[in-house]
Amino acid sequence: MANCKYDWPEAKDRKLIGKRISRIDGHEKASGRARYTFDMNPGNLLFGKILRSPYAHAKIKSVDTSEAEKLPGVVSVVVMKPVGKEPQPEIQWAGDEIAAVAATREEIAEDAIRKIKVEYDPLPFFVNEEDLSQAEGHTKPAVTEKKGDPEKAFQDPDVVTSEGYYGVPVITHCCLETHGHVVDWPDSKSLRVYASTQGVSAIGGQFADPLEIRADDVNIICNYVGGGFGSKFAVDTWGIAAAKLSKSAGGKPVKLLLERDHELLVAGARPSAFAKVRVAAKKDGTLVAWDSESWGTGGMGGSGVPPIPYPFHDKFPNFSRKHTFVSTNIGPSRAWRAPNHPQACLITMGAIDDLAAKLNMDPVELLMKNADLAPDPTLAKYYREELEVAAKLADWHKNWHPRPDKTAGTVKRGLGVSLHTWGGNPHAGNCAVSIHPDGSVEVKLGSQDLGTGTRTVIAIVVAETLGLPVDAVKVTIGDSKYPPDGPSGGSTTVGGVSGSTRRGAVNARDAFFAAIAPALGAKPEDLEAVDWHVRVKGNAAKTLTWKQACAKLGVKSIEATGAQKPRYTTEEQKTECVLNSGGVGGVQIADVSVDTETGIVRMNRMVAAQDCGLIIDLKTAESQVHGALIMGVCYALYEEKIMDRQTGRMLNPNMEFYKLAGIGDVGELVVHMMTGPGYDERGVIGLGEPPVISPGAAISNAVANAIGVRVPTLPLTPDKVLAAIEKGGMA
Amino acid sequence: MAKITELQVNGARCPIEADEATPLLVVLRDQLGLTGAKYGCGEGQCGACTVLLDSNPRHSCNTPVGKAAGHSITTIEGLAANGRLHPLQQAFLDSGAFQCAYCTSGMILTAAALLRVNPHPSEDEVRRFMNGNVCRCGTYPRIVEAILGAAETMAKNKS
Repeated sequence: MANCKYDWPEAKDRKLIGKRISRIDGHEKASGRARYTFDMNPGNLLFGKILRSPYAHAKIKSVDTSEAEKLPGVVSVVVMKPVGKEPQPEIQWAGDEIAAVAATREEIAEDAIRKIKVEYDPLPFFVNEEDLSQAEGHTKPAVTEKKGDPEKAFQDPDVVTSEGYYGVPVITHCCLETHGHVVDWPDSKSLRVYASTQGVSAIGGQFADPLEIRADDVNIICNYVGGGFGSKFAVDTWGIAAAKLSKSAGGKPVKLLLERDHELLVAGARPSAFAKVRVAAKKDGTLVAWDSESWGTGGMGGSGVPPIPYPFHDKFPNFSRKHTFVSTNIGPSRAWRAPNHPQACLITMGAIDDLAAKLNMDPVELLMKNADLAPDPTLAKYYREELEVAAKLADWHKNWHPRPDKTAGTVKRGLGVSLHTWGGNPHAGNCAVSIHPDGSVEVKLGSQDLGTGTRTVIAIVVAETLGLPVDAVKVTIGDSKYPPDGPSGGSTTVGGVSGSTRRGAVNARDAFFAAIAPALGAKPEDLEAVDWHVRVKGNAAKTLTWKQACAKLGVKSIEATGAQKPRYTTEEQKTECVLNSGGVGGVQIADVSVDTETGIVRMNRMVAAQDCGLIIDLKTAESQVHGALIMGVCYALYEEKIMDRQTGRMLNPNMEFYKLAGIGDVGELVVHMMTGPGYDERGVIGLGEPPVISPGAAISNAVANAIGVRVPTLPLTPDKVLAAIEKGGMA
Repeated sequence: MAKITELQVNGARCPIEADEATPLLVVLRDQLGLTGAKYGCGEGQCGACTVLLDSNPRHSCNTPVGKAAGHSITTIEGLAANGRLHPLQQAFLDSGAFQCAYCTSGMILTAAALLRVNPHPSEDEVRRFMNGNVCRCGTYPRIVEAILGAAETMAKNKS
């Protein structure tokens, strides 16, 4: 391939990229010294607490904070709703914020919020959307789409049609570190915010208007964040409240992080999706028609639209679909890893799996046969390769059987398959790379590491480019005063930071070579940086250690920058090169055992075959897939935001009844990253979202394979499994 | 309510001032600056706040400080000796047994308690003992790998 100067090194020249490399912040993390927002305890700290609405829908007639203000130790109080103005502010979900208090001790702040008197005017509410017939007056048409002539296709006597009902309820993000901030005012015009955030460079502006300050006078700091998963892009009403509390406390730091119940009530929910589906194929398994009527809620603001039939969409020869938003008083939704995709995947892959059973076909074979319905030919090729790899790793051809498991005993085993896609193109971002005369190298970005390994990826790219070991590179991120980088969401980060740091490191290297070439009696273009040395290509006699070479800089450091733009024109690509792209595939197979007496589903094994272009760090990439599979087991078997019809409140806002999988619940996880020729050439592509899309569908399909009948909705709890068996399974 | 004025933490006597009912977690984090133990759920369901009380794992979020006084408390900060990571900490690092790592302190201390009573656990025993500690990022396979690896290292170090 012709060389463009920023291109990734050829496979044979890569010393670090693609290897399994430990996290550069691993020591901090293992030793307990990594400091999260929740760990920030500056001097003179005040503790913030929030009063929340017990009603799912109500008008606020008045708020009286006078008793709270009188309590010794209370320093400031803010009312968070525009009370006293017409129209009266309206609460649309239980848990919505009314007022906040800052006090010298946490317990005083808690006592104070209990002393705030609120007069509510409760109103009717609606919190259960699964039964659409009960949702009259709360619905809004979202999408109606049609291609070809599905009705005619369904009527063809040579096709087999399967009809079914599938659904995924609202779940929450349940980040282990709850949302929140530690805020102070170093001076009357500057705000400093330790934030548990996915967007260090992006969120400062959200404080500007409410606090009447300039966006660039807000300093956001976040060195470590305890999970985000799409829920931490906003500073939220409680961030603004913390800043106001601090301001009226003369700038003293205020710590306001949510308690667990509030986290589950208001700080992140994934929209639901339910669907009635008809899908048809020719007797040989060729898919021909799809028809679905789907609905879901993401709170008052509706929800995203699941891209069904997924991932084929308009490649499906004939399809029609209708999606309806249902407005509910359950609290707002937020982006949750791969927004709308896990729901679309369960609905489509569940329906196709039921069709395969009706056709007496092996579902892997059916997906293989229809792989060309993939959005593009590259993806079709990947699906075929990944189906083959996953089937082999799951020992599919030995372990799979037609529905149900007909072996003796009450515990039945089943296998299920699913496939998915995601974009993962890079976000825009910038970096600054310095090479100092003492040999040290530093790269700075206003980025964040959610635990995905962003710091480590940055270090690997710079080290690879400069011929250094990973630990010779100091990575400084987590502060909005560094060159701005995009927020971490939608699997955009690895492409973004690797693109900017590759360009920044090449620019730094070239400037460095230009500066020291005379000392080596060579031209800059004849130098190379390899194995912690700088040398003249092909002349071993002219070699300096990295430190010696840096010493030649005298007193002047090399300072270079690099950028990743959102997109490049064909012309720009010639000079800026193509370092990343988007559009990955992935296949997963679940292997489960179902106890038909108790209804309990046990995970035996999950297999994932996943591509994501050129992998920078195989170790953290595999870890991302492990994590996605486990989050998948969680939402397939356990998770649901359960809303109470009587009170309009969430019934399980705690980790006892909002259940997540433990270490003993997930079975064996087998991850195979698709790498090498045919994959690496695509450049770097993000990985956070794609592997979390398929688990729900694969596990649901595996349970259907075991017991012979579909459990229509996730989570696959024992009661639902038993109900499905009673209704018609095990035939 | 009785006041507690001293705790025995990581081998040192630490003066504190707290009502006996105050959660141990709050005292460790806000008075002693030991922020390795985390607030996760506040009710002993996630394990992020785990510390060792006389070598046994305890949820410090729902352990009143009065119950911890007079006992030997170990937090993650006290596990490394002479600037060297404990074999479990090193194994977590080498195996990549964390992502965001908010759960890690609790995981490591729970594992330390396991290896004290059962220096050679089977994979199944590790899974059962660790099942109460939640990792939302999902690093379980590597946590199991790290604990089994650390058990081996510790056995070698002893011999």
